[in-house]
Amino acid sequence: MALARDLAVQLLQMALALALAPLLTGYVRKLKAHLLRRQGPPLLQPYRDLLRLLRKEVVLAHSASWVFRVAPYLVFATTWVAVSLVPTFATGLVFSYAADLIAIVALLGSARFVLALAGLDVGTSFGGIGASREMMIASLAEPAMLMVAFTLSLMAGSTQLSSVAAYMHGPEVGIRVSLALALVGLIMVAIAENARIPIDNPATHLELTMVHEAMILEYSGRHLALIEAASFLKLLLYVSVIACVFFPWGIAVSGQGAAAYLGGLALYVVKLAGAGFALAVFETAIAKMRVFRVPDFLGAALMLGLLATLLLFVTQAR
Amino acid sequence: MMNPLALDIAHLCAGGLVLVSFMLLYQDRLTGLINIFAVHALVVSFSVAWQAYIQAAPHLYITAAIALAIKAIVIPMALHRIIVRLGIHRTIEPVVGIGQTMLAGIGLVALSIMVMLPITAQAGTLAREDLAFALSVILLGLLMMVSRRNAVSQVIGFMSIENGLILAATGAKGMPLVVEISVAFSILVALIVIGVFLFRIRERFETVDIHLLHEHRGERP
Amino acid sequence: MALQALLGCIALLLAAGVAAIAAARRPAAFRFVYGVSLAACAGALVVAAGALLVPESLGGAVTLPLGLPWLGAHFRLDALAAFFLVVLNLGGAAASLYGLGYGAHEESPGRVLPFFPAFLAAMNLVVLAHDAFSFLFSWELMSLCSWALVMAQHRSAGNARAAYVYLLMASFGTLALLLAFGLLAGPAGGYTFGEMRAAAPATLMAAAVLALALLGAGSKAGIVPLHVWLPLAHPAAPSHVSALMSGVMTKVAVYGFVRIVFDLIGAPQWWWGALVAAIGGVTAVLGVLHALMEHDLKRLLAYHTVENIGIIFIGLGLALAFGANGMAAAAALGLTAALFHVFNHSLFKSLLFFGAGSVLVATGERDMEKLGGLIHRMPRTALLFLLGSAAISALPPFNGFVSEWLTFQAILLSPALPQWLLKFLVPATGAALALSAALAAACFVKAFGVTFLGRPRSAAARDAAETDRFSLAAMAALAALCVLAGILPGYVIDALAPVTEALAGAHVPGQRHLDWLTIVPVAQSRSSYNGLLLFFFIALAAGLGAEVIHRWASDKLRRAAPWDCGFPDPSPATQYTAGSFSQPIRRVFGTVVFRAHEEVHLPRPGSLAPARLHVRLRDLPWDAVYVPLARGVDALAGLLNGMQFLTIRAYLTLVFGALIALLATLAIWP
Repeated sequence: MALARDLAVQLLQMALALALAPLLTGYVRKLKAHLLRRQGPPLLQPYRDLLRLLRKEVVLAHSASWVFRVAPYLVFATTWVAVSLVPTFATGLVFSYAADLIAIVALLGSARFVLALAGLDVGTSFGGIGASREMMIASLAEPAMLMVAFTLSLMAGSTQLSSVAAYMHGPEVGIRVSLALALVGLIMVAIAENARIPIDNPATHLELTMVHEAMILEYSGRHLALIEAASFLKLLLYVSVIACVFFPWGIAVSGQGAAAYLGGLALYVVKLAGAGFALAVFETAIAKMRVFRVPDFLGAALMLGLLATLLLFVTQAR
Repeated sequence: MMNPLALDIAHLCAGGLVLVSFMLLYQDRLTGLINIFAVHALVVSFSVAWQAYIQAAPHLYITAAIALAIKAIVIPMALHRIIVRLGIHRTIEPVVGIGQTMLAGIGLVALSIMVMLPITAQAGTLAREDLAFALSVILLGLLMMVSRRNAVSQVIGFMSIENGLILAATGAKGMPLVVEISVAFSILVALIVIGVFLFRIRERFETVDIHLLHEHRGERP
Repeated sequence: MALQALLGCIALLLAAGVAAIAAARRPAAFRFVYGVSLAACAGALVVAAGALLVPESLGGAVTLPLGLPWLGAHFRLDALAAFFLVVLNLGGAAASLYGLGYGAHEESPGRVLPFFPAFLAAMNLVVLAHDAFSFLFSWELMSLCSWALVMAQHRSAGNARAAYVYLLMASFGTLALLLAFGLLAGPAGGYTFGEMRAAAPATLMAAAVLALALLGAGSKAGIVPLHVWLPLAHPAAPSHVSALMSGVMTKVAVYGFVRIVFDLIGAPQWWWGALVAAIGGVTAVLGVLHALMEHDLKRLLAYHTVENIGIIFIGLGLALAFGANGMAAAAALGLTAALFHVFNHSLFKSLLFFGAGSVLVATGERDMEKLGGLIHRMPRTALLFLLGSAAISALPPFNGFVSEWLTFQAILLSPALPQWLLKFLVPATGAALALSAALAAACFVKAFGVTFLGRPRSAAARDAAETDRFSLAAMAALAALCVLAGILPGYVIDALAPVTEALAGAHVPGQRHLDWLTIVPVAQSRSSYNGLLLFFFIALAAGLGAEVIHRWASDKLRRAAPWDCGFPDPSPATQYTAGSFSQPIRRVFGTVVFRAHEEVHLPRPGSLAPARLHVRLRDLPWDAVYVPLARGVDALAGLLNGMQFLTIRAYLTLVFGALIALLATLAIWP
């Protein structure tokens, strides 16, 4: 019975993530447009984009191999599985013991690996430049994220995200310097990983940034739809991780009644809206940086993560 | 009075100061640097005020007010004016790359923790770490002074050292106000001296510029 | 009984080597030699795996009347030896299978065939040896056989130099090991491992043994800064031998280190762990950075071996640190992680070298800048190489991820360590491990992407043909094992339990009986991982997505020219190259690590000369250690050169003086 309910929550959550992810992106776009005094596309535009792309035919380059055709499905599947392991509105997910925080980071790494290969597959300069820069960014962002994961798991005594969220929700956690450092580091990583300003510009591929959008330049039709959906999901994933670890209030714990789940759901939507608002304001206020300043930015995130872990190692000595 | 939350906040302030010191190391634009220094001073003054509150030591409020007024408002404004007058709103060049500087900074923090924690074994739990953080801020300021070539950022490094000293002093249960005022004045004097110094070495800035231009015409080495 | 069977397999290998000398000129000789090697290795593999899984068959000991007359040759099969025998005979069997196809392309079989089985036999003997003399003899035999194999294609430029550097480093390593065993044996001269284990050396002596073991075994394994020979020698050999050297011989070196440091010395000190873990961290990061800068496919793989050795040493260092502090369970976890990675690396590194060998046979090229588009011509090789790349990049659900995940779990246990240095060092090592894992992914995107994807960059790549079925079978078997070890890691962990029980005094809790084949190295509340479920979910989600989209949305497809932002250029020269792919990472890390220097030469306006970009990288360990060392040796040799031209009387005086000096020493020595 309990298992059935947990399974239901799990499936609900997977469906919810898939349903909400385009909305979050559409919301951020709309807010950014408003902040620039523009009308902006409708809130539901990402859904329409996806549906239209899905119905269109795929135009495939002559030199494309099967890697190019398989990659979108793998990227989408890996990202979706990663999202399904993050507690959004309730902890105690059935699948959460299949993969911990380290594995979630590595799953996103798998998605990126496949996508970067697809970028190289057609043999164009744009795909190559995108793949090369994406891997450069990832080579610093991934260790930074792992150091943040170290900090959290040392604190909670577990690498399971559900347990971490439960610990952070619990009474024994105080305000800690390590947590502050980890939060800053995680936000920096999230910005870099989701190709947001100041690292990359999600709105265009003709800018001089040429990272994520350049890598997927050759994609069209249903393939492009899957990749877009995966990047929506990835944004949702990072927001959910930040929300469930650093702002765990109101998250439903396994075994509570339906009211708690509904409350958790409502609060989760509020958290998403808050994060989207913060992201939009941040992106509007800041300018994009040169691509060779990015390593400094991410290096700083890595250092913060390392510092947080180090402090924790020291304080745990007592 | 000494409930855990109060101590936690004091601790967070100290850690936050270390974080802002790292931001100082990371920032390589003069305007940004000055703004972050203002944040640095703001954190210090808040930290001092919080110490005044939890230690019930009202004279520390004056220290906090001085730090706020002079270092968070007056000096940054003066520095802004100076760099506008000198026309040097541009990227400053660290002697070694930012990555290595940050790495060295991490090493310094580790070192100060390693030095401080064992020798203060009998002190309170969080006070020990506050001392370690204060030492880190001091060392990071020194690192900034040696790794930067620009006079303005050296001044800022110097003042961040002073903030670290204040953090250490207030964390250690009270400091005579006289000392604080004298320190603040000495900083002001130092600022004036260095300000004059700056005006005199403007020509040297320009020669350095040309040198840099030669080196960077091709690719970054 | 198991031990006798293993020695029989080794004798078969040696006999095959001798027979190969006679038969090397026959065209079908390679089939015979590799066939016998395959059979012997497969037999040894079955016996060793059986011994590991059924602990009752362990512990046999044999003393043969060979070697030193007062010592004899001792052989013994314990859990550690059984595990390493599995690793090495698995690699040996795969290499033999691969050789059945690859051997047909060998130019001078007489230089390869006799040494290949002898090399395998020597490695088996190293692992089985139970006294210092047999160990060192087999070790030296292994070095010399592999040296001969490196020299097999001695006419190619650079191979002779590679072999020379290798020979120097191998002699140096053996010397260090000889001294280490001398110290362990002590003044009484107990040269069997049993006697060494019983005698506990003094602290200072043990530290010296550790240093010598690091130098001796570490130089063979390729830890920084003793790695310089490895990227020269491994690629110079024929590809299946490269696979053996990189995938298996480095593991024999790890075995030597584990045997001395975990088994023979006695109780470790905490700072040993710090030293070994720090060396591991530095080795991992430097190895992968070197690999990223490399454009020669086989050299890239060889440098990557350095990285993986670093990861293994991180695990070993953690195990030492935990063991010294009496945390047996944590030490077992560190050791399990390291040994699991030993197993994994032998699988995927052999697989990747086989793939590189197939590419070499098909195109005659090792330079990635001249390859590209091979996925269209060699689809099976490409798929298998891709699986190996994903596994070595530590991507779930493959096996490389599991061992790195276990290492991370061991690191997360380390705040309990009391020493301050370890408290700072271990998180830094964790950061180094994370960094090297991320860089490895970048490295293999480059290796696979530039070699197999895109458009062919040369005529040789355009006309390549798929490799033979033996090579494919060898690669497919290894790839299947990579996937299996990734989704069913619990069985491997359980198989390692007797090894860690013997060396660390504890073992990771049994995994086999857990629900859904999840692995839980410490406790359920702490961490768990289930590769099977992840694999299943990813496959399900991808399949479901494909099915839904193809059924209800669209499955139309049209081939056209690439879009490339409106400027498609048919010339393959406009693709990204290996050099341009790694340029951002070179910019980030190169200035510090390689003292990278870039120069742009632009022609004058109107000139038709091409613009050129020159990049210079320096290998700092080489410049800082080896060049001054070589200069010193040269200078010393110059000084001693005068000794060559003395009169007979002067030589006699020298001999006489030496005799007197020795006698005087003997008289004065207490």
